[in-house]
Amino acid sequence: MITLLVHLPFEPTTAVLVIPGVSALVLAFLPGYRLTARLNVLATFLTFLCALSLLIEWPAPGTYLFVDDLNVVFIVLGTFVGFTTSAFSASYIAHEIEIGRLTPAYLRFYHAMYQALMFAMNLGLLANNIGLMWVAIELATLTTVLMVGIYRTPESLEAAWKYFILGSVGIALALFGTILVYMAARPVIGEGHDAMVWTSLIDKASAFSPEMLNVAFVFLMLGYGTKVGLAPLHAWLPDAHAEGPTPISAVLSGLLLNVALYAVLRFKMLLAANQAAIAPGPLMVTLGLLSLIFAGFMLYRRRDIKRMFAYSSIEHMGLITFAFGMGGPLANFAGLLHMTMHSLTKSAIFFAVGHISQAKGTQKLSEIRGLTESHPLLGWGLVLGVVAIAGLPPLGIFMSEFLIVSSTFAREPLLALPLVFGILVALGALMLRLGDMAFGKPTGSTAPVEASYLPLFAHLALVLAAGIYLPGPLVTWFQNVARLLG
Amino acid sequence: MDRTAIDVAHMLAGGMVLVSFMLLYQDRMFGLLNVFALHALVLSLSVAWQAYIQDAPHLYVTAAIALVLKAIIIPVALHRVVVRLGIHRTIETVGGIGPTMLFGMGLVALSMVVMLRATAAADPLAREDLAFALSVVLLGLLMMVTRRNAVSQIIGFMSLENGLILAATGAKGMPLVVEISIAFSVLIAFIVIGVFLFRIRERFDSVDVQALDEFRGERE
Amino acid sequence: MDLILQLMAQGVQMTLVLILAPLLWGFTRKVRAQLLRRQGPPIIQPYRDLLRLIRKEVVLAENASWLFRSGPYLIFAATWVAAALVPTFATGLYFSWTADLIALTALLGSARFFLALVGMDVGTSFGGIGSSREMMFASLAEPAMIMIVFTVALVAGSTQLSAVADFMLAHVTLRVSLGLALVALIIVALAENARIPVDNPATHLELTMVHEAMVLEYSGRHLAVLELAAALKLLLYISLIACIFFPWGLAPPDSGPAAYAIGAASYAGKLLAGGFLLAFFETSIAKMRVFRVPDFLGIALMLGLLGMLLLFVSRSF
Repeated sequence: MITLLVHLPFEPTTAVLVIPGVSALVLAFLPGYRLTARLNVLATFLTFLCALSLLIEWPAPGTYLFVDDLNVVFIVLGTFVGFTTSAFSASYIAHEIEIGRLTPAYLRFYHAMYQALMFAMNLGLLANNIGLMWVAIELATLTTVLMVGIYRTPESLEAAWKYFILGSVGIALALFGTILVYMAARPVIGEGHDAMVWTSLIDKASAFSPEMLNVAFVFLMLGYGTKVGLAPLHAWLPDAHAEGPTPISAVLSGLLLNVALYAVLRFKMLLAANQAAIAPGPLMVTLGLLSLIFAGFMLYRRRDIKRMFAYSSIEHMGLITFAFGMGGPLANFAGLLHMTMHSLTKSAIFFAVGHISQAKGTQKLSEIRGLTESHPLLGWGLVLGVVAIAGLPPLGIFMSEFLIVSSTFAREPLLALPLVFGILVALGALMLRLGDMAFGKPTGSTAPVEASYLPLFAHLALVLAAGIYLPGPLVTWFQNVARLLG
Repeated sequence: MDRTAIDVAHMLAGGMVLVSFMLLYQDRMFGLLNVFALHALVLSLSVAWQAYIQDAPHLYVTAAIALVLKAIIIPVALHRVVVRLGIHRTIETVGGIGPTMLFGMGLVALSMVVMLRATAAADPLAREDLAFALSVVLLGLLMMVTRRNAVSQIIGFMSLENGLILAATGAKGMPLVVEISIAFSVLIAFIVIGVFLFRIRERFDSVDVQALDEFRGERE
Repeated sequence: MDLILQLMAQGVQMTLVLILAPLLWGFTRKVRAQLLRRQGPPIIQPYRDLLRLIRKEVVLAENASWLFRSGPYLIFAATWVAAALVPTFATGLYFSWTADLIALTALLGSARFFLALVGMDVGTSFGGIGSSREMMFASLAEPAMIMIVFTVALVAGSTQLSAVADFMLAHVTLRVSLGLALVALIIVALAENARIPVDNPATHLELTMVHEAMVLEYSGRHLAVLELAAALKLLLYISLIACIFFPWGLAPPDSGPAAYAIGAASYAGKLLAGGFLLAFFETSIAKMRVFRVPDFLGIALMLGLLGMLLLFVSRSF
């Protein structure tokens, strides 16, 4: 069927954009939440299929869109997580309607925004024009801001306002960095569109003025780094995860952070191509390490379950940034692997947490106990997820963390010490909390909850499979990308 | 390019920095909205002048958008929002106005030094305008940080966007894609802002963002 | 012969400023009244007021010291010398080498110093309030003035006013730093001359007095001298702005009477324009609260600083 898609008259790159775009419009006007939820799932499934077809063959770079080894990873991952999250969202939303936390009108809005978010993220990943990439990421930010505030409680308004202010400031700084890159490129490439097209930028990057690239990268790192959630720019992240609907937390952690990191990586590649510019690595390594250790410590005192996993996202994004900052084939490979595994695991955890918080009616850690007894499937799913995210074998994250640590030991042994320290701190906190949550006497209501277990276990199965055996083509593919990243 | 043209461009860009300082100085809501309208007016003049000297007619469109949207529609709309929601007319600040302005001076000095050193290779008009634009951006950021009222934070954000537009038009030949996107972002931001102001007001009976702090999840 | 002509020209300038000061004051007052839709006193009323005050008896407080009696003359002398040095209709007059901007600032500063002292001399509370407020404003206005002087000097290459005016005439350009310096100088001028929005020259309410508070105890010829000094200060600032930023019409050094006449006419025009704009500005804005004035003057300091900074950073600002 995939090969069939390749031969259809439309191009997969446009399809990946058109399907979410059209669905956003359609879903904004359809009544009846069951229908819109199902259409949502269908739309994301179709988008995923189109993205898969890109794996087989992709078109030549155009002026506005292009596909290469790097973004095809992100696109397939993104559309897959989007699809499974929409499946989760369908059952989650049904419950929210039952308890009256959301009204049907808001649901139309929610589904339309969800598809708009998918559209924006795909556009950001596919964009060949750095300005277009910026527009897409801004659009993604705005849609998520609207969705975080959807419950209209004081806490969610505060979270959405903080996210909006910090996100907008980050985006503005990123735009300034983009303008500076254009100005660096203009003397070499000439005015107009060409100086913003990624494929020509990367070709001529060695001729750009190094000082301008340096200043541009600082702005871009600060701007897009805010969206990645690196400390000290992370202040919006915990609140946004905790107060928005859980599918949004899953999409934020699993997708949006990745897209922002993708933007940073693109510019890192640009800087790496210019010999005289500063090495972007050390800055990324510092911010990554800072996020890792900071978030590791913050995990101990959290009292809200979603907030705790939000800090875990900060920690892992720090780890991934560290890996990409280290550079070199092994560290880049590890970073890519970790990013994929983290997206899958974190969204799986949020799938479980969403249903758990619905079952128990609370997000407070102190009131969630004994899950393996009261809701066995959810409880054991959560256990597996937390074990995965903490980096224990034989799951995928252990593999990537091991690779990162070993490459750091080989190249910069001094850095490996804080790295391992941070990982262990986080491991301790997560295991501690897991013990409280999963085992012991159950508290709160033990009524069964209608949950979708398939997305949760599908993700965890993939993570387990990756931990045990990575298929050959996947390894070569990651190696190619690692080489591209330099 | 002849001397007068460059001088006028510098005057207009320097005028924007001046008006940014005036924005920092205001302590009353309506005064703030009026000065913001002035900020947008100077921006549209500056963009129109850039359109003239760069011979880029599409920049006239940007100037017109800045004039109509940011100098007229947004201040008028915010004026009505302030009146309708009964928002406090004085603006509470974090730290006094004097120290804030001193810090703003420091930021302007910093942006001058950084930008002029980094862009030694670029053409003189563009790099000096870029230095001014960065100053306006940083002053807008300062305003957002030192204000406790949601409306003044929004104004700070919009003045930051004005600085970005100034930078984008100063960079000669930047394609229309970015200009449209900037206008688009202003529009979307305005819709979001409108939605939020109503929500915040309805929940908290004020738009003092200090009140939001009570609901901040666990102190980090 | 030549020397005598030059001395005469210099002497003409010194008396010209003395004669024009009350006229300017009267003109500003008249315009302000007309803008407020009143008739207002006649333009030559200040001359009549001064003559009347000179003929009146001086009433002194019992504990007034020698400083109180001699203060007005010291203040008047300093202000008149400063006003007489600013080029009005010609540059390069005989004593123009003494017309240094920093010396000017120092003269005005010493006049202010004596004014503050005499304000506190008798020991009334009004005087004390006026003096303390005046010093508060001065602590910001003086640095701002110095910054402006530095900016102008960096652009023109000299602090001597004639040289500055000649330079500005020769190189007519729009420069950002000069624009900023102009705005700053206008703010400083408003503060120093006790004009709205800093102080109301037409009031005697405690809340709103600064300059008036310091001279509240004076009467008779002392008051006449102080009023004339205040009028001279206003003339000085307007001439300073005209000389540095709008120098067109100034006669070059060693030119004949015809050029001097043109210079005098343009000077009169600039004074009229300055007076009108001042009156217009005063009627369109409200007086600000006293504790906001430091912020207002802080702006002048910032702008002066910014103008100077821009000049260090790039030649073309």
